[in-house]
Amino acid sequence: MFIDSAPGFDIRDYLRLEMMPHFLCPGCGHGIALRALLWAVHDLGLDKDKLAVVSGIGCAGRLSAYIDANTFHVTHGRPLAYATGLALARPDLHVIVITGDGDCLAIGGNHLIHACRRNLKLTCLMLNNEIYGMTGGQVSPTTSETRLTTTTPLGNQEPRFDPCALAAAAGAGFVGREVTRHVPKLKELIKAGLEHPGFAFVEVLSDCTEIFGRKNDLGSSSEMIMRQKSEIRPSSYRDTLDSPFRPNDLPTGILAKNDRPEYGTTYRRAAALQAGASR
Amino acid sequence: MNALDTALTGKSVSKLISGNHACALGAIAAGCRFFAGYPITPSSEIAERLARFLPEVDGVFVQMEDEIASIAAVIGASMGGTKAMTATSGPGFSLKQENIGYAAGAEIPCVIVNVMRGGPSTGMPTRPSQADLMQARWGSHGDYPIIALTPASVAEIYSETIRAFDLAERCRSPVVLLYDQVIAQLSETVTLGSTGGSNRTERKWMSGSRSTAKPYAADDDCIPAMARPGAGYRTHTTGLTHGEDGFPTQDPEAVTRNLSRLFSKLDRHRDAIDSWEALSCDDADVVIVAIGISARAATRAVELCRTQGLRVGLFRPITLWPFPEEALRRATAQARAVIVPEMNTGQLRLVVERVLGGTPVEGIHLFSGEAITPVDISTRAAALARRI
Repeated sequence: MFIDSAPGFDIRDYLRLEMMPHFLCPGCGHGIALRALLWAVHDLGLDKDKLAVVSGIGCAGRLSAYIDANTFHVTHGRPLAYATGLALARPDLHVIVITGDGDCLAIGGNHLIHACRRNLKLTCLMLNNEIYGMTGGQVSPTTSETRLTTTTPLGNQEPRFDPCALAAAAGAGFVGREVTRHVPKLKELIKAGLEHPGFAFVEVLSDCTEIFGRKNDLGSSSEMIMRQKSEIRPSSYRDTLDSPFRPNDLPTGILAKNDRPEYGTTYRRAAALQAGASR
Repeated sequence: MNALDTALTGKSVSKLISGNHACALGAIAAGCRFFAGYPITPSSEIAERLARFLPEVDGVFVQMEDEIASIAAVIGASMGGTKAMTATSGPGFSLKQENIGYAAGAEIPCVIVNVMRGGPSTGMPTRPSQADLMQARWGSHGDYPIIALTPASVAEIYSETIRAFDLAERCRSPVVLLYDQVIAQLSETVTLGSTGGSNRTERKWMSGSRSTAKPYAADDDCIPAMARPGAGYRTHTTGLTHGEDGFPTQDPEAVTRNLSRLFSKLDRHRDAIDSWEALSCDDADVVIVAIGISARAATRAVELCRTQGLRVGLFRPITLWPFPEEALRRATAQARAVIVPEMNTGQLRLVVERVLGGTPVEGIHLFSGEAITPVDISTRAAALARRI
């Protein structure tokens, strides 16, 4: 029997059931994030026909194919750039980007900081599992120090990015982080991101049990998810940004918010003024 | 009436403008309403013009953070149904290649202008070149077809920019507009509006029932109808090899069928794609084969040779890719030798040699950052015509 903790929300209404079974590994947190996203879409009553989901390459990138919407699975690292063109050309669409830590912070890092700065209405959902899962478990920009991966056999020597601090510093209008353990809280955070009129960056701390967890002897999926508890704390970002960088101290919740004008709106307003003046 | 109004209304008026200016006006006339770009010499004037023009026609201009983001945003805008273009030069063209392959594979119409400058690498940003012919054809990984157009005058940049959009929309393919720094920044008189107006090719859009719709199933014309986002089809687009339903597949039969159709697609539309000019080729002992600014010099070289009573002609591909092979064979049917003047080390010559088989082919290759002169060509052509 299908037990639903969310009355009125049936995830099957938002999935392409013909694509099931999905390809995620047992224990992967990405499915939980997908559920939270679709629950948020449902809560807001967004029209699937007007919903566009753009995703990059990697485990997170494959999620778009499962969503019953206008979906675009693009090149590695570039979903924010594709989404920028789509959202500017079609302001009537609600554009969501699904990306991973490698896609968004390594190969696509330049697009992230400029999307934050530009503040076009887009919701960027970054699923952080600390690893390049699809290619077999290589180190990513968010892999914790000392962790073993196939390309850090000595243990990772590089400090990890704090993606939310990066997004906030680059000017994103909305920045938030949540863990997959708190599905209703994650749903509420994504909802707030979707409702934000400008660029919203939402990081989900996911878990890669099969590849990252196994390599580092982190136990089962539930053990990995519970371990996140020791690394997170609900807070605002102000104290973190003002204090020395603490890579293993990850605040969650809405971490930054501003009401800078949305880029598409200001562009169209300025364009209308120019067109009016020249006629 | 200003030049922009002319491009919009299709009313004919003559203007003295640069090649890059003509490209921007051609784009507006063709219905381009989205441009994303990144500054690079010698193509930046296209972006600068469109930054002013597009807001006036309810379009969008955006300067992106890099070359890759520019082509990505253009493809994204086109996925939304808007005619879109980017413009760049050598280094930027290299950076865009992966995503040009995406546009070819996912069949998203777009126009990419590459104003060729000296290379390799940073090369000579303010000097002309014709060294990206092969990159235009083979630049992205994997096997895919593409269309590339090579205008030779400012007027032709205007008309070929319009044709580039028509072909991109009709064939659901990326179209590369290749020209060199000389004609990009040369000013000539152009009759605007002559090929403009509202009668433009539009993309084939999906209609009918969602339950039977297949976004990559094609009719006899090999061109699938695109699902417009928001029209209720909720389809999937991917750079992975996909079946007719648009979803990823590695089924050998489905992969073979889709890629075969991709190639058949351009073959099927060669009547619209092919374009060339044959000048005095019917009786020519020597035929010059050239594109762009080198073809301009060759036109004068033909005149110089003919005044000496030498039978020299010119074959000029306007559509470079797919290459007009049959037309070249016909134009050189009487020829005993062929000369290929080009500003590279032999890219066009390689193609001409392959197409013509036994006919002797000589190259004039200048890669110093200078344009080839009419006398450079006429001297060689005259010597060859006297010898054979």
